[in-house]
Amino acid sequence: MAQEASTTSIVTFLTRLGDDQLVLGHRLSEWCGHAPTLEEDLALANMGLDLIGQARALYTRAGELEGEGRGEDDFAYLRREVDYQNLLLVERPNGDFARTILKQFYFAAFMTPFWQGTSNSSDEALAAIAAKAVKESTYHLRHSAEWVIRLGDGTAESANRMKCAVDDLHAYTDEMFQSDALTKELAGAGVAPEPATIKVQWQASVTEIFDAANLAIPEIAWPQLGGRQGEHTEDMGHLLAELQFMQRAYPGLQW
Amino acid sequence: MYSQGLIGADGTTDEDEAFLQHFQSRIDAEQKIEPNDAMPEGYRRTLIRQISQHAHSEIVGMLPEGNWISRAPTLRRKAALLAKVQDEGGHGLYLYAAAETLGISREEMTEQLLTGAAKYSSIFNYPTPTWADIGAIGWLVDGAAIMNQIPLCRCSFGPYARAMIRICKEESFHQRQGYEIMLTLCSGTPEQKQLAQDSLDRWWWPSLMMFGPHDSDSTHSDQSMAWKIKRFSNDELRQKFIDATVPQAEFLGIKMPDPDLEWSEKRGSYDHGPIDWDEFWRVVKGGGKCSKDRISDRQAAWDNGAWVREAALAYADKVRARQATAAPTPVAAE
Ligand SMILES: [Fe+2]
Ligand SMILES: [Fe+2]
Repeated sequence: MAQEASTTSIVTFLTRLGDDQLVLGHRLSEWCGHAPTLEEDLALANMGLDLIGQARALYTRAGELEGEGRGEDDFAYLRREVDYQNLLLVERPNGDFARTILKQFYFAAFMTPFWQGTSNSSDEALAAIAAKAVKESTYHLRHSAEWVIRLGDGTAESANRMKCAVDDLHAYTDEMFQSDALTKELAGAGVAPEPATIKVQWQASVTEIFDAANLAIPEIAWPQLGGRQGEHTEDMGHLLAELQFMQRAYPGLQW
Repeated sequence: MYSQGLIGADGTTDEDEAFLQHFQSRIDAEQKIEPNDAMPEGYRRTLIRQISQHAHSEIVGMLPEGNWISRAPTLRRKAALLAKVQDEGGHGLYLYAAAETLGISREEMTEQLLTGAAKYSSIFNYPTPTWADIGAIGWLVDGAAIMNQIPLCRCSFGPYARAMIRICKEESFHQRQGYEIMLTLCSGTPEQKQLAQDSLDRWWWPSLMMFGPHDSDSTHSDQSMAWKIKRFSNDELRQKFIDATVPQAEFLGIKMPDPDLEWSEKRGSYDHGPIDWDEFWRVVKGGGKCSKDRISDRQAAWDNGAWVREAALAYADKVRARQATAAPTPVAAE
């Protein structure tokens, strides 16, 4: 018989998940007006909008469950760096287009099966969020995978840039599959799949696309972890300084 | 966002009288001109210039508001602003496509923008120092754009008119969204209301300049009017905008930065003070606070994207070559 998850655990989990989507959505929005083609400017903004929308739904639900009157903006804007539990992968700077698109691919290749597995969550509100998110994430996966192939199998320069992006980012992928007490509790209660169970599917996607892109999957010597515990890279403070600017400069106002 | 009254448009044509008269009779009969129809070279050139300037304005117009996406004060505002700036990119895309039907490529147009050969609306050369500017731009700049663009929905050139219909719907949504930001600021704290007032002070005059020089100084309007590319003069449109906008400012409880602004019972319109055309020409010619930054941002996006565009082309070539080799042959592969 499944053990029910505590409300506090579900709130923490929704917040963590919201942080992933918000931070990556914020990063994508940084491209707006600066992308390599006009079409890609629109596509990156689209994906950013999807992710910000998902974050809003997750934070709103977290606030409702928690019942202390916190809304989406309290979660997004009014916490300390150490309280954000996003993956380090999503906070890494955009870098060039190869890095941005690879980051998106790694994340979407994880989130697509994750949302699939969550769409029959025992938490109905989360199941509804997941059912919508899986469609969006499926598009993000297809779009980013196509670019990984195009760039990996494009020119010598694009292939080299893709390779550099893989070398830079691959060490951040292990964090997606880490278990902790929270993921175990939620998996046991049927709220969300254990991230580790998604690794096989993720590897299959990456192998398939990397094969087509002439890219090799590197060995990870030192996996980079810590985001789930609030131990961030130096980039996170700068990201939050921008994200939170208005709320910090003018506390407590309506906008 | 919008194209300013044509700058340096040259409507000269070489075609013979019979041809021109036939063309004019089609225009007078309100027939839409389509890309494959015969048209005077001057008509084509005028449209290429106007539509591409308009497209460039949409694209450069992404930058001043893009400046606040990462710092928007709430998630709702962040999503709305990102979606708005994305819409402007979409407008640029339809407009480039409309111009391409006249025989110019997007690459050529981009080149013209980057070298300064083509202009864009000079309003985007002003900076956005505060969040209130996002409200003021939506309210005033998109508002002025709508005034200009609604008549363009009836432009004689079919692809441009059709693009404008779609664009106008989105622009009026942007305008309402911007006004709503202003309303929120004006019903907030005194400090917030001051932000709104300061941004109105910054954007009011440049918005009036968006309609282009006074009719008495506008050299290329007559031919555009005859060809029904343009339907109202610069001053007529500017007046409509002022008349629509002054009551909105009153409702917000902020003051237009024009001591001479006054309702004229006689004209049934607002009189306004003199527009600083020296400033207008200075900004048009590249002397705006952000003129250099806007072009260098577009140049950087273009340069940094070159390897991506090259890779996409190279990959498409490879796929085509592979398909050609893999083309089905009657004999099974050995
Ligand atoms: Fe627009
Ligand atoms: Fe707009």
